[in-house]
Amino acid sequence: MTQAYVEAFGAFAANGGSEGPAWLPPLRRAAMDRFGVLGFPTPKNEDWHFTSVAPIAEREFRAGTSGTPAVSPADVARFTFGHPEWPRLVFVNGRFAPGLSQLPSLPGLELLDLARAWRDSPELLERHLTRVANYEQAAFTALNTAFLRDGAVVRIAADVALPSPVHLLFVAAGDVADRVSHPRTLVVAERHARATVIESYVALGGASGYFTNAVTEAVVGPGATLTHLRLQRESADAFHVGTVQARQERDSHFVSFSLATGGRLARTNIYTVLGGAGSGATLNGLYMLGGTQHVDQQTRIEHAEPNTFSREVYKGILDGASHGVFNGKVCVRPEAQKTDGKQENNNLLLSDQARVDTKPQLEIFADDVKCTHGATVGRLDDTALFYMKSRGIGAASARRLLTYAFAAGVIETIEEESVRNELERLALERYV
Amino acid sequence: MLDIQNLHAGVGDNEILKGITLHVNAGEVHAVMGPNGSGKSTLAQVLAGNPAYQVTAGTVTYDGHDLLAMPPEERAQAGVFMAFQYPVEIPGVSNAYFLRSAYNEIRKSKGLPEMDPMEFLDIMEETLALVDMDPAMLNRSVNTGFSGGEKKRNEILQMAVLRPRLAILDETDSGLDIDALRIVADGVNKLRRPDNATIVVTHYQRLLNHIVPDFVHVLANGRIVKSGGKELALELEEKGYDWLAEPQEALA
Repeated sequence: MTQAYVEAFGAFAANGGSEGPAWLPPLRRAAMDRFGVLGFPTPKNEDWHFTSVAPIAEREFRAGTSGTPAVSPADVARFTFGHPEWPRLVFVNGRFAPGLSQLPSLPGLELLDLARAWRDSPELLERHLTRVANYEQAAFTALNTAFLRDGAVVRIAADVALPSPVHLLFVAAGDVADRVSHPRTLVVAERHARATVIESYVALGGASGYFTNAVTEAVVGPGATLTHLRLQRESADAFHVGTVQARQERDSHFVSFSLATGGRLARTNIYTVLGGAGSGATLNGLYMLGGTQHVDQQTRIEHAEPNTFSREVYKGILDGASHGVFNGKVCVRPEAQKTDGKQENNNLLLSDQARVDTKPQLEIFADDVKCTHGATVGRLDDTALFYMKSRGIGAASARRLLTYAFAAGVIETIEEESVRNELERLALERYV
Repeated sequence: MLDIQNLHAGVGDNEILKGITLHVNAGEVHAVMGPNGSGKSTLAQVLAGNPAYQVTAGTVTYDGHDLLAMPPEERAQAGVFMAFQYPVEIPGVSNAYFLRSAYNEIRKSKGLPEMDPMEFLDIMEETLALVDMDPAMLNRSVNTGFSGGEKKRNEILQMAVLRPRLAILDETDSGLDIDALRIVADGVNKLRRPDNATIVVTHYQRLLNHIVPDFVHVLANGRIVKSGGKELALELEEKGYDWLAEPQEALA
């Protein structure tokens, strides 16, 4: 089934695939070749053990859209957390939509779509783009790289603390059945910079049956703090594979939150390499599933230098006949003495048919480290339900409130209040 | 107000209550005492509707309604309140939100409009003073990380906000130091009205120095073996429970 993509690549290479700096077309070609060799992963691949991507591999997704979907500023406003003034790049079905974007001039912020970045910031791209997210063993990243054209570039200059978050909003709209997009994002937080970048994947109206294959690369410079909130809210009938790959330098902090509620079949990878002494990563996440959704989250934290820390809490709520997967790997290299790692995955099953596979993993090659991990799978607490009912709270409200409380435990780690409130609302309204 | 006739209940095959008959009128305070395992906490749980216990025989009539046919939330909405022996921790739900939800659901069941957060806060401020609680407790998750005394006070706070017709205090004195005991008892006393009733379930007499009962019942092996006035509690304090216990073998 890789053949369709090979053919599509031929057409792309002759058209939009020639855009960009000279070094890019050969790179696209190499990535395409690599994808041809790797093919789509199968459950025999350890990283995909609990998730079959056959529904993606066996379907023929084409690039582009049929017709131009009408997306109005009012449509977009629903997803701006009550802050239409925040710097924002909007992409509709993978293509940059300047008319819906918001590009204020903020000192120290460079916010560009990729096409413009080829012209305005070629050195930045050459230095970082495709250098962080390795595609040698990652078929979907290879595919994204082969079709790399649209996307976002965010650079926060040294010593700058951005006063407001930057929002990258990827909207699926109109008749997008069997269409694929490969958005690519590069975020660079320079030395001692401080910023929050939000990446939202949402659907409008009846958008369904489409496939988003997104890759984000983040460079977190010395002493910088980058908060990355990734909100996957695709339509219930969509396919989504998203990879975030961060590279961290000395004393940097990468704070990631990954929400996954949409998609028929969805997978999120959050990877970071603690590549400088004193750096740390906080990886939190929440998946809320129902129906027959299959949603998989994989995280990988690589402690590559001494005195690094990681904190990870992922929570999952599963209803209906949904299937969730959590696979979190913490890897401590021999050099990474004094590593301090904590990882936790908690799951709440709301129905008998729901299922979760959880696999927290530690791989430790250093001897002076402090690492813990654990996973739980449970149901709503009967004593707590009775306690609430005994105070007059009805059965349905009690279940809803307890479910919300479970989610709130990780949502509250989000510093940005308006985003936190929006997620709390989603959690309260998801299971009624 | 409450009429319990020949109540039998237990967990699975284990029968704990073996024929309880008890009548409580409005305005009365009844103490239910007894040794560990006598079934006094089970009685409280069954009245509140804990699904972990099954009623196998008997009736409970509350204000003319079949109490046993009502789910726990309807009992609460009808004015039944049990202060838990072991209040449950609910991480992630603030005390204020929890109390307001309960308060509003009870109002809704009576066809009254919900109260908005600001109005509700006014009620809370008055009520907090009653149990000598720090307003900061309202923003903490329900009972989460509370000390034993804080949890018990929180139960009385809920009771004060919800204003039940029938309050059942299940071993509210256990684990309390003397100051906390006095605060809790004062709270209960201030809430006494001619049209409500209280059942105090306790192992020890000391709570009854502060909440003076009209009637004292002694439970042993799932039955009420003796009833009397408040002086019975003092007698129990002096003699213990052994002299009242039915000889087990004689029943066989």
